[in-house]
Amino acid sequence: MKRYSIFSLIRNAVSYHQNWQRAWRSPHPRKEYDVVIVGGGGHGLATAYYLAKECGITNVAVIEKGWLGGGNTGRNTTIVRSNYLWDESARLYEHAMKLWEGLSRDLNYNVMFSQRGLLHLAHNVHDLQEIGRRGNAIYLNDIDSEFLSPEQVRERVPFINLNCRYPVLGAVLQGRGGTARHDAVAWGYARAADDRGVDIIQNCEVTGFRIEHNTVQGVETTRGTIGAKKVGCVVAGHCSVLAEMAGFRLPIESFPLQALVSEPIKPILDCVVMSGSIHAYISQSDKGELVIGAGSDAYNSYSQRGGFDVIEETVGPVIELYPIFSRLKMLRQWGGIVDVTVDRSPIVSKTPVQNLYFNCGWGTGGFKATPGSGHVFAHSIARGEMHPIAQPFSINRFHSGALIDEGAAAAVAH
Amino acid sequence: MLIIECPWCGKRDQSEFTAHGEAHIARPGDPYKLSDEEWGDYVFFRKNPKGLHYERWVHSHGCRRWFNVARCTITDHIYATYKPGDVRPEVEE
Repeated sequence: MKRYSIFSLIRNAVSYHQNWQRAWRSPHPRKEYDVVIVGGGGHGLATAYYLAKECGITNVAVIEKGWLGGGNTGRNTTIVRSNYLWDESARLYEHAMKLWEGLSRDLNYNVMFSQRGLLHLAHNVHDLQEIGRRGNAIYLNDIDSEFLSPEQVRERVPFINLNCRYPVLGAVLQGRGGTARHDAVAWGYARAADDRGVDIIQNCEVTGFRIEHNTVQGVETTRGTIGAKKVGCVVAGHCSVLAEMAGFRLPIESFPLQALVSEPIKPILDCVVMSGSIHAYISQSDKGELVIGAGSDAYNSYSQRGGFDVIEETVGPVIELYPIFSRLKMLRQWGGIVDVTVDRSPIVSKTPVQNLYFNCGWGTGGFKATPGSGHVFAHSIARGEMHPIAQPFSINRFHSGALIDEGAAAAVAH
Repeated sequence: MLIIECPWCGKRDQSEFTAHGEAHIARPGDPYKLSDEEWGDYVFFRKNPKGLHYERWVHSHGCRRWFNVARCTITDHIYATYKPGDVRPEVEE
Protein backbone atom coordinates (compact mmCIF):
# COMPACT_ATOMS: atom_id res chain seq x y z
CA MET A 1 0.00 0.00 0.00
CA LYS A 2 1.28 3.44 -0.89
CA ARG A 3 1.17 5.65 2.17
CA TYR A 4 -0.81 8.87 2.15
CA SER A 5 1.28 11.95 2.95
CA ILE A 6 1.75 15.55 1.95
CA PHE A 7 4.18 14.34 -0.73
CA SER A 8 1.73 11.83 -2.24
CA LEU A 9 -0.87 14.59 -2.26
CA ILE A 10 1.43 16.93 -4.19
CA ARG A 11 2.55 14.16 -6.56
CA ASN A 12 -1.04 13.21 -7.39
CA ALA A 13 -2.14 16.82 -7.68
CA VAL A 14 0.45 17.30 -10.41
CA SER A 15 -0.97 14.31 -12.33
CA TYR A 16 -4.56 15.59 -11.93
CA HIS A 17 -5.41 12.90 -9.36
CA GLN A 18 -5.52 10.23 -12.09
CA ASN A 19 -3.02 7.87 -10.45
CA TRP A 20 -4.28 7.26 -6.95
CA GLN A 21 -3.99 3.62 -5.98
CA ARG A 22 -7.27 1.77 -5.25
CA ALA A 23 -7.84 1.87 -1.52
CA TRP A 24 -8.73 -1.84 -1.26
CA ARG A 25 -9.05 -4.89 -3.51
CA SER A 26 -12.29 -6.65 -4.51
CA PRO A 27 -11.22 -10.29 -4.22
CA HIS A 28 -13.28 -13.41 -4.90
CA PRO A 29 -14.09 -15.26 -1.71
CA ARG A 30 -11.72 -18.12 -0.90
CA LYS A 31 -13.02 -21.55 0.12
CA GLU A 32 -12.14 -21.12 3.75
CA TYR A 33 -10.89 -18.52 6.21
CA ASP A 34 -9.66 -18.63 9.78
CA VAL A 35 -12.18 -15.93 10.69
CA VAL A 36 -15.18 -14.61 8.77
CA ILE A 37 -16.64 -11.29 9.93
CA VAL A 38 -20.24 -10.74 8.85
CA GLY A 39 -20.93 -7.04 8.37
CA GLY A 40 -18.70 -4.47 6.67
CA GLY A 41 -19.52 -1.44 8.77
CA GLY A 42 -17.12 0.37 11.07
CA HIS A 43 -17.26 -2.22 13.87
CA GLY A 44 -16.76 -5.19 11.51
CA LEU A 45 -13.90 -3.60 9.59
CA ALA A 46 -12.25 -2.50 12.84
CA THR A 47 -12.52 -6.08 14.11
CA ALA A 48 -10.80 -7.37 10.98
CA TYR A 49 -8.11 -4.71 11.22
CA TYR A 50 -7.21 -5.48 14.83
CA LEU A 51 -7.32 -9.24 14.15
CA ALA A 52 -4.68 -8.73 11.47
CA LYS A 53 -2.66 -6.07 13.26
CA GLU A 54 -2.62 -7.24 16.87
CA CYS A 55 -3.66 -10.88 16.87
CA GLY A 56 -1.62 -12.13 13.90
CA ILE A 57 -4.68 -13.55 12.13
CA THR A 58 -4.62 -12.34 8.53
CA ASN A 59 -6.62 -15.11 6.86
CA VAL A 60 -9.79 -13.10 7.44
CA ALA A 61 -12.76 -12.12 5.29
CA VAL A 62 -15.26 -9.34 5.89
CA ILE A 63 -18.58 -10.11 4.18
CA GLU A 64 -20.94 -7.23 3.45
CA LYS A 65 -24.34 -7.53 1.81
CA GLY A 66 -24.27 -4.00 0.38
CA TRP A 67 -21.38 -1.57 0.22
CA LEU A 68 -18.91 -0.65 2.95
CA GLY A 69 -20.33 1.58 5.64
CA GLY A 70 -23.74 1.71 3.94
CA GLY A 71 -25.64 0.72 7.07
CA ASN A 72 -25.60 2.56 10.36
CA THR A 73 -21.95 3.58 9.91
CA GLY A 74 -23.12 5.97 7.19
CA ARG A 75 -26.36 6.94 8.92
CA ASN A 76 -25.35 8.16 12.36
CA THR A 77 -24.73 11.73 13.55
CA THR A 78 -20.95 11.13 13.94
CA ILE A 79 -20.79 12.02 17.64
CA VAL A 80 -17.96 10.58 19.75
CA ARG A 81 -17.93 10.70 23.56
CA SER A 82 -17.19 8.42 26.51
CA ASN A 83 -19.20 9.98 29.36
CA TYR A 84 -21.20 7.00 30.58
CA LEU A 85 -22.44 6.39 34.10
CA TRP A 86 -21.56 2.77 34.89
CA ASP A 87 -17.99 1.55 35.34
CA GLU A 88 -18.36 -1.22 32.73
CA SER A 89 -19.55 1.27 30.09
CA ALA A 90 -16.94 3.85 31.06
CA ARG A 91 -14.16 1.30 30.53
CA LEU A 92 -15.51 0.26 27.13
CA TYR A 93 -16.21 3.74 25.72
CA GLU A 94 -13.05 5.28 27.16
CA HIS A 95 -11.05 2.43 25.62
CA ALA A 96 -12.60 3.49 22.31
CA MET A 97 -11.89 7.18 22.98
CA LYS A 98 -8.20 6.48 23.54
CA LEU A 99 -8.03 4.62 20.24
CA TRP A 100 -9.89 7.49 18.50
CA GLU A 101 -7.21 9.88 19.71
CA GLY A 102 -4.50 8.12 17.67
CA LEU A 103 -6.65 6.65 14.93
CA SER A 104 -5.82 8.84 11.91
CA ARG A 105 -2.09 8.22 12.44
CA ASP A 106 -2.58 4.51 13.12
CA LEU A 107 -4.62 3.98 9.94
CA ASN A 108 -2.68 6.52 7.80
CA TYR A 109 -6.14 7.87 6.93
CA ASN A 110 -7.64 11.16 8.05
CA VAL A 111 -10.84 10.27 9.92
CA MET A 112 -11.29 13.97 10.72
CA PHE A 113 -11.61 13.29 14.44
CA SER A 114 -12.37 16.62 16.04
CA GLN A 115 -12.46 16.91 19.84
CA ARG A 116 -14.54 20.05 19.79
CA GLY A 117 -16.28 19.45 23.11
CA LEU A 118 -19.69 18.04 23.86
CA LEU A 119 -22.37 19.57 26.08
CA HIS A 120 -25.26 17.79 27.76
CA LEU A 121 -27.91 20.36 28.72
CA ALA A 122 -30.09 20.20 31.82
CA HIS A 123 -33.56 21.74 31.51
CA ASN A 124 -35.13 20.99 34.89
CA VAL A 125 -34.25 20.00 38.44
CA HIS A 126 -34.31 16.31 37.62
CA ASP A 127 -31.90 16.86 34.72
CA LEU A 128 -29.57 18.79 37.03
CA GLN A 129 -29.56 15.94 39.53
CA GLU A 130 -28.96 13.43 36.75
CA ILE A 131 -25.99 15.28 35.25
CA GLY A 132 -24.67 15.84 38.77
CA ARG A 133 -24.68 12.14 39.50
CA ARG A 134 -23.37 11.13 36.08
CA GLY A 135 -20.79 13.92 35.84
CA ASN A 136 -19.25 12.93 39.17
CA ALA A 137 -19.33 9.22 38.36
CA ILE A 138 -17.52 9.92 35.09
CA TYR A 139 -14.97 12.05 36.87
CA LEU A 140 -14.29 9.23 39.35
CA ASN A 141 -13.56 6.97 36.38
CA ASP A 142 -10.79 9.35 35.28
CA ILE A 143 -12.75 10.66 32.31
CA ASP A 144 -12.95 14.41 31.79
CA SER A 145 -16.22 15.92 32.94
CA GLU A 146 -16.94 19.51 33.83
CA PHE A 147 -20.08 21.31 35.04
CA LEU A 148 -21.11 24.54 33.34
CA SER A 149 -23.46 27.26 34.50
CA PRO A 150 -26.02 28.68 32.04
CA GLU A 151 -23.71 31.66 31.51
CA GLN A 152 -20.82 29.36 30.61
CA VAL A 153 -23.12 27.56 28.16
CA ARG A 154 -23.88 30.93 26.57
CA GLU A 155 -20.15 31.64 26.23
CA ARG A 156 -19.80 28.52 24.09
CA VAL A 157 -23.11 28.87 22.23
CA PRO A 158 -23.81 32.64 22.18
CA PHE A 159 -27.10 32.37 20.29
CA ILE A 160 -28.74 29.80 22.57
CA ASN A 161 -32.08 30.83 24.08
CA LEU A 162 -31.55 30.11 27.79
CA ASN A 163 -35.00 31.18 28.94
CA CYS A 164 -37.31 29.43 26.55
CA ARG A 165 -39.92 26.74 27.08
CA TYR A 166 -36.99 24.46 27.93
CA PRO A 167 -34.84 26.72 30.12
CA VAL A 168 -31.15 25.82 30.32
CA LEU A 169 -30.23 25.39 34.01
CA GLY A 170 -26.76 23.96 33.49
CA ALA A 171 -24.73 21.51 31.49
CA VAL A 172 -22.05 18.87 31.76
CA LEU A 173 -19.15 19.13 29.33
CA GLN A 174 -16.84 16.46 27.98
CA GLY A 175 -14.06 18.49 26.38
CA ARG A 176 -12.55 15.45 24.65
CA GLY A 177 -15.88 14.58 23.02
CA GLY A 178 -16.61 15.65 19.47
CA THR A 179 -17.17 14.24 16.01
CA ALA A 180 -15.42 12.15 13.35
CA ARG A 181 -16.15 11.64 9.68
CA HIS A 182 -18.17 8.42 9.65
CA ASP A 183 -17.45 7.31 6.06
CA ALA A 184 -13.73 7.89 6.54
CA VAL A 185 -13.77 5.56 9.54
CA ALA A 186 -15.12 2.69 7.42
CA TRP A 187 -12.82 3.49 4.50
CA GLY A 188 -9.76 3.96 6.69
CA TYR A 189 -10.25 0.65 8.48
CA ALA A 190 -11.02 -1.10 5.17
CA ARG A 191 -7.86 0.21 3.53
CA ALA A 192 -5.65 -0.63 6.50
CA ALA A 193 -7.19 -4.11 6.93
CA ASP A 194 -6.88 -4.86 3.22
CA ASP A 195 -3.23 -3.84 3.38
CA ARG A 196 -2.67 -6.52 6.02
CA GLY A 197 -4.24 -9.23 3.88
CA VAL A 198 -7.91 -9.12 4.89
CA ASP A 199 -10.35 -9.94 2.05
CA ILE A 200 -13.24 -7.47 1.88
CA ILE A 201 -16.12 -9.00 -0.04
CA GLN A 202 -18.96 -6.62 -0.87
CA ASN A 203 -22.39 -7.37 -2.37
CA CYS A 204 -22.36 -10.74 -0.65
CA GLU A 205 -25.29 -11.44 1.65
CA VAL A 206 -25.20 -14.13 4.31
CA THR A 207 -28.24 -16.41 3.91
CA GLY A 208 -27.44 -18.99 6.58
CA PHE A 209 -24.83 -20.64 8.77
CA ARG A 210 -23.25 -24.07 8.38
CA ILE A 211 -23.43 -25.57 11.84
CA GLU A 212 -22.37 -29.12 12.72
CA HIS A 213 -22.36 -30.59 16.24
CA ASN A 214 -23.34 -27.15 17.53
CA THR A 215 -20.12 -25.68 16.09
CA VAL A 216 -20.09 -23.17 13.28
CA GLN A 217 -18.26 -24.37 10.14
CA GLY A 218 -18.92 -21.47 7.81
CA VAL A 219 -21.54 -19.25 6.23
CA GLU A 220 -23.88 -19.69 3.27
CA THR A 221 -23.87 -16.59 1.10
CA THR A 222 -25.26 -15.32 -2.19
CA ARG A 223 -21.76 -16.03 -3.58
CA GLY A 224 -21.55 -19.59 -2.33
CA THR A 225 -20.49 -21.34 0.86
CA ILE A 226 -17.51 -19.90 2.70
CA GLY A 227 -15.88 -22.07 5.33
CA ALA A 228 -14.67 -20.52 8.56
CA LYS A 229 -13.07 -21.74 11.78
CA LYS A 230 -14.66 -18.83 13.63
CA VAL A 231 -17.43 -16.39 12.69
CA GLY A 232 -18.06 -12.95 14.18
CA CYS A 233 -21.38 -11.21 13.45
CA VAL A 234 -21.36 -7.42 13.57
CA VAL A 235 -24.59 -6.44 11.84
CA ALA A 236 -26.33 -3.42 13.31
CA GLY A 237 -30.01 -3.53 12.50
CA HIS A 238 -30.17 -7.20 11.54
CA CYS A 239 -28.68 -9.16 14.41
CA SER A 240 -32.01 -10.82 15.29
CA VAL A 241 -32.32 -11.99 11.68
CA LEU A 242 -28.86 -13.58 11.80
CA ALA A 243 -29.48 -15.07 15.23
CA GLU A 244 -32.62 -16.74 13.88
CA MET A 245 -30.54 -18.29 11.07
CA ALA A 246 -28.21 -19.69 13.74
CA GLY A 247 -31.14 -21.00 15.77
CA PHE A 248 -31.37 -18.73 18.82
CA ARG A 249 -33.08 -15.51 19.94
CA LEU A 250 -31.60 -12.27 21.26
CA PRO A 251 -32.88 -9.87 23.93
CA ILE A 252 -33.20 -7.21 21.24
CA GLU A 253 -35.85 -5.23 19.39
CA SER A 254 -35.19 -3.13 16.28
CA PHE A 255 -36.45 0.40 15.71
CA PRO A 256 -35.91 3.12 13.07
CA LEU A 257 -33.84 6.05 14.31
CA GLN A 258 -33.84 9.25 12.26
CA ALA A 259 -31.47 12.09 11.57
CA LEU A 260 -31.54 15.12 9.32
CA VAL A 261 -29.16 17.76 7.99
CA SER A 262 -29.74 21.36 7.02
CA GLU A 263 -28.41 23.27 4.06
CA PRO A 264 -24.73 24.22 4.60
CA ILE A 265 -24.05 27.52 6.36
CA LYS A 266 -20.96 29.35 7.56
CA PRO A 267 -19.36 28.12 10.82
CA ILE A 268 -21.63 28.97 13.75
CA LEU A 269 -21.65 26.03 16.16
CA ASP A 270 -18.21 24.77 17.21
CA CYS A 271 -19.25 22.11 19.73
CA VAL A 272 -21.79 19.30 19.99
CA VAL A 273 -24.90 20.11 22.05
CA MET A 274 -27.09 17.29 23.32
CA SER A 275 -30.24 17.36 25.33
CA GLY A 276 -31.68 14.15 26.69
CA SER A 277 -34.95 15.42 28.04
CA ILE A 278 -36.13 17.04 24.81
CA HIS A 279 -34.21 14.53 22.71
CA ALA A 280 -32.51 16.96 20.38
CA TYR A 281 -28.85 16.89 19.58
CA ILE A 282 -27.06 19.06 17.14
CA SER A 283 -23.63 19.74 15.72
CA GLN A 284 -22.20 21.36 12.59
CA SER A 285 -20.33 19.26 10.06
CA ASP A 286 -17.15 20.44 8.38
CA LYS A 287 -19.22 20.99 5.22
CA GLY A 288 -21.35 23.45 7.19
CA GLU A 289 -24.53 21.44 7.50
CA LEU A 290 -26.24 21.28 10.86
CA VAL A 291 -26.54 17.61 11.77
CA ILE A 292 -29.59 16.93 13.91
CA GLY A 293 -30.24 13.64 15.64
CA ALA A 294 -33.89 12.82 16.17
CA GLY A 295 -35.60 10.16 18.24
CA SER A 296 -36.55 6.62 17.35
CA ASP A 297 -40.01 5.36 16.53
CA ALA A 298 -41.68 3.56 19.41
CA TYR A 299 -42.58 0.38 17.50
CA ASN A 300 -40.50 -2.45 15.95
CA SER A 301 -39.61 -1.79 12.34
CA TYR A 302 -36.96 -2.54 9.72
CA SER A 303 -38.30 0.15 7.37
CA GLN A 304 -35.21 2.47 7.49
CA ARG A 305 -37.65 5.39 7.34
CA GLY A 306 -39.33 6.49 10.55
CA GLY A 307 -42.40 8.61 11.22
CA PHE A 308 -42.79 12.30 10.43
CA ASP A 309 -44.12 13.00 13.93
CA VAL A 310 -40.65 12.14 15.28
CA ILE A 311 -39.05 14.83 13.11
CA GLU A 312 -41.58 17.40 14.28
CA GLU A 313 -40.95 16.51 17.92
CA THR A 314 -37.22 17.04 17.39
CA VAL A 315 -37.23 20.16 15.25
CA GLY A 316 -39.74 21.95 17.54
CA PRO A 317 -37.40 22.02 20.57
CA VAL A 318 -34.37 22.74 18.36
CA ILE A 319 -35.85 26.01 17.11
CA GLU A 320 -37.04 26.88 20.65
CA LEU A 321 -33.47 26.54 21.88
CA TYR A 322 -31.86 28.08 18.79
CA PRO A 323 -34.34 30.54 17.21
CA ILE A 324 -31.56 31.57 14.81
CA PHE A 325 -31.96 28.21 13.02
CA SER A 326 -35.70 28.60 12.43
CA ARG A 327 -35.38 29.76 8.80
CA LEU A 328 -32.97 27.00 7.72
CA LYS A 329 -34.11 24.51 5.12
CA MET A 330 -33.49 20.84 5.79
CA LEU A 331 -31.64 19.11 2.97
CA ARG A 332 -31.91 15.44 3.82
CA GLN A 333 -33.64 13.17 6.29
CA TRP A 334 -33.04 9.45 6.71
CA GLY A 335 -33.49 6.52 9.06
CA GLY A 336 -31.33 3.65 10.23
CA ILE A 337 -32.37 0.53 12.11
CA VAL A 338 -31.04 0.35 15.65
CA ASP A 339 -30.94 -2.88 17.67
CA VAL A 340 -31.92 -1.98 21.20
CA THR A 341 -31.41 -4.11 24.31
CA VAL A 342 -33.47 -3.62 27.44
CA ASP A 343 -30.54 -2.13 29.38
CA ARG A 344 -29.42 0.03 26.43
CA SER A 345 -25.96 -1.57 26.57
CA PRO A 346 -24.41 -3.64 23.78
CA ILE A 347 -23.89 -7.39 23.59
CA VAL A 348 -20.30 -8.47 22.88
CA SER A 349 -20.43 -12.15 23.53
CA LYS A 350 -20.09 -15.81 22.75
CA THR A 351 -23.35 -17.45 21.67
CA PRO A 352 -25.04 -20.83 22.19
CA VAL A 353 -23.21 -21.97 19.00
CA GLN A 354 -19.50 -22.80 19.41
CA ASN A 355 -17.06 -20.44 17.66
CA LEU A 356 -19.87 -18.07 16.68
CA TYR A 357 -19.51 -14.63 18.26
CA PHE A 358 -21.94 -11.71 18.23
CA ASN A 359 -21.17 -8.01 18.61
CA CYS A 360 -24.52 -6.23 18.47
CA GLY A 361 -27.20 -4.30 20.32
CA TRP A 362 -25.36 -0.98 20.24
CA GLY A 363 -28.76 0.69 20.06
CA THR A 364 -28.77 4.35 19.18
CA GLY A 365 -25.08 5.01 19.88
CA GLY A 366 -22.62 2.53 18.40
CA PHE A 367 -20.54 4.85 16.22
CA LYS A 368 -18.57 6.36 19.11
CA ALA A 369 -17.45 2.89 20.19
CA THR A 370 -16.22 1.73 16.76
CA PRO A 371 -12.46 1.39 17.50
CA GLY A 372 -12.93 -0.01 21.01
CA SER A 373 -15.65 -2.41 19.96
CA GLY A 374 -13.55 -3.79 17.10
CA HIS A 375 -10.48 -3.98 19.32
CA VAL A 376 -12.00 -5.99 22.17
CA PHE A 377 -14.02 -8.15 19.75
CA ALA A 378 -10.91 -9.04 17.74
CA HIS A 379 -9.02 -10.06 20.87
CA SER A 380 -12.00 -12.09 22.08
CA ILE A 381 -12.31 -14.00 18.80
CA ALA A 382 -8.55 -14.61 18.57
CA ARG A 383 -8.23 -15.94 22.13
CA GLY A 384 -11.55 -17.78 22.21
CA GLU A 385 -12.17 -16.04 25.50
CA MET A 386 -13.82 -12.67 26.02
CA HIS A 387 -11.57 -9.63 26.50
CA PRO A 388 -11.83 -8.34 30.13
CA ILE A 389 -13.50 -5.11 28.96
CA ALA A 390 -16.08 -7.11 26.97
CA GLN A 391 -16.83 -9.68 29.67
CA PRO A 392 -19.62 -7.72 31.43
CA PHE A 393 -21.38 -7.32 28.06
CA SER A 394 -22.00 -11.05 27.71
CA ILE A 395 -25.45 -12.24 26.65
CA ASN A 396 -25.53 -14.19 29.94
CA ARG A 397 -26.31 -11.00 31.83
CA PHE A 398 -29.95 -11.31 30.73
CA HIS A 399 -30.12 -14.58 32.66
CA SER A 400 -27.96 -13.65 35.64
CA GLY A 401 -29.59 -10.25 36.07
CA ALA A 402 -26.29 -8.31 36.00
CA LEU A 403 -27.64 -5.68 33.61
CA ILE A 404 -25.68 -2.51 32.79
CA ASP A 405 -28.59 -0.12 32.91
CA GLU A 406 -27.51 2.84 30.82
CA GLY A 407 -31.14 3.31 29.76
CA ALA A 408 -32.14 4.38 33.24
CA ALA A 409 -28.82 6.14 33.74
CA ALA A 410 -28.77 8.41 30.73
CA ALA A 411 -32.54 8.65 30.28
CA VAL A 412 -32.18 8.85 26.49
CA ALA A 413 -29.71 10.35 24.02
CA HIS A 414 -27.15 7.62 23.59
CA MET B 1 -47.34 7.96 10.47
CA LEU B 2 -49.66 4.96 10.62
CA ILE B 3 -53.44 4.79 10.68
CA ILE B 4 -54.45 2.06 13.11
CA GLU B 5 -57.88 0.51 13.44
CA CYS B 6 -58.75 0.12 17.11
CA PRO B 7 -61.14 -2.86 17.41
CA TRP B 8 -63.42 -0.70 19.56
CA CYS B 9 -63.06 2.85 18.17
CA GLY B 10 -62.25 2.37 14.48
CA LYS B 11 -59.50 4.04 12.46
CA ARG B 12 -57.43 6.57 14.36
CA ASP B 13 -54.09 8.31 14.01
CA GLN B 14 -51.00 6.50 15.34
CA SER B 15 -50.25 9.32 17.78
CA GLU B 16 -53.21 8.11 19.89
CA PHE B 17 -51.56 4.71 20.41
CA THR B 18 -48.50 3.24 22.08
CA ALA B 19 -46.77 0.01 21.02
CA HIS B 20 -45.80 -2.64 23.56
CA GLY B 21 -43.91 -5.25 21.59
CA GLU B 22 -44.41 -8.92 20.80
CA ALA B 23 -47.87 -10.39 21.49
CA HIS B 24 -48.95 -13.89 22.55
CA ILE B 25 -46.19 -14.40 25.12
CA ALA B 26 -47.84 -16.56 27.75
CA ARG B 27 -46.95 -15.84 31.38
CA PRO B 28 -45.40 -18.96 32.94
CA GLY B 29 -48.02 -21.10 34.70
CA ASP B 30 -45.91 -21.81 37.76
CA PRO B 31 -43.30 -19.05 38.16
CA TYR B 32 -41.66 -20.77 41.15
CA LYS B 33 -40.56 -23.72 38.99
CA LEU B 34 -38.68 -21.53 36.47
CA SER B 35 -34.89 -21.53 36.21
CA ASP B 36 -32.97 -18.25 35.75
CA GLU B 37 -32.57 -19.10 32.06
CA GLU B 38 -36.31 -19.59 31.59
CA TRP B 39 -37.10 -16.36 33.44
CA GLY B 40 -34.57 -14.43 31.37
CA ASP B 41 -36.02 -15.85 28.16
CA TYR B 42 -39.56 -14.91 29.20
CA VAL B 43 -38.71 -11.38 30.31
CA PHE B 44 -36.08 -10.22 27.81
CA PHE B 45 -35.74 -12.40 24.70
CA ARG B 46 -37.88 -11.58 21.65
CA LYS B 47 -38.39 -12.85 18.09
CA ASN B 48 -37.96 -9.38 16.55
CA PRO B 49 -38.84 -10.67 13.07
CA LYS B 50 -38.18 -8.91 9.78
CA GLY B 51 -41.61 -9.35 8.21
CA LEU B 52 -44.87 -10.41 9.87
CA HIS B 53 -45.00 -9.34 13.52
CA TYR B 54 -47.83 -9.98 15.97
CA GLU B 55 -47.67 -7.21 18.54
CA ARG B 56 -49.57 -5.47 21.34
CA TRP B 57 -50.79 -1.88 21.20
CA VAL B 58 -52.80 0.32 23.60
CA HIS B 59 -55.21 3.03 22.54
CA SER B 60 -53.63 5.31 25.18
CA HIS B 61 -55.30 8.58 24.18
CA GLY B 62 -58.63 6.93 23.28
CA CYS B 63 -60.50 4.07 24.91
CA ARG B 64 -57.31 3.01 26.75
CA ARG B 65 -57.89 -0.63 25.86
CA TRP B 66 -55.27 -3.17 24.72
CA PHE B 67 -55.44 -5.05 21.42
CA ASN B 68 -53.22 -6.93 19.00
CA VAL B 69 -51.91 -5.96 15.58
CA ALA B 70 -50.50 -8.09 12.75
CA ARG B 71 -48.05 -5.81 10.93
CA CYS B 72 -45.20 -6.17 8.45
CA THR B 73 -42.04 -4.67 9.97
CA ILE B 74 -40.48 -4.04 6.53
CA THR B 75 -43.28 -1.97 5.00
CA ASP B 76 -45.19 -1.08 8.22
CA HIS B 77 -48.35 -2.36 6.44
CA ILE B 78 -51.01 -3.43 8.94
CA TYR B 79 -52.71 -6.69 7.95
CA ALA B 80 -55.21 -6.93 10.79
CA THR B 81 -56.08 -5.72 14.27
CA TYR B 82 -57.91 -7.96 16.74
CA LYS B 83 -59.04 -8.08 20.35
CA PRO B 84 -56.95 -9.68 23.07
CA GLY B 85 -57.93 -13.30 23.54
CA ASP B 86 -58.86 -13.68 19.86
CA VAL B 87 -57.01 -16.30 17.85
CA ARG B 88 -54.19 -14.73 15.88
CA PRO B 89 -55.38 -14.30 12.27
CA GLU B 90 -53.56 -16.06 9.45
CA VAL B 91 -52.47 -13.43 6.96
CA GLU B 92 -50.92 -13.65 3.52
CA GLU B 93 -47.58 -11.80 3.37
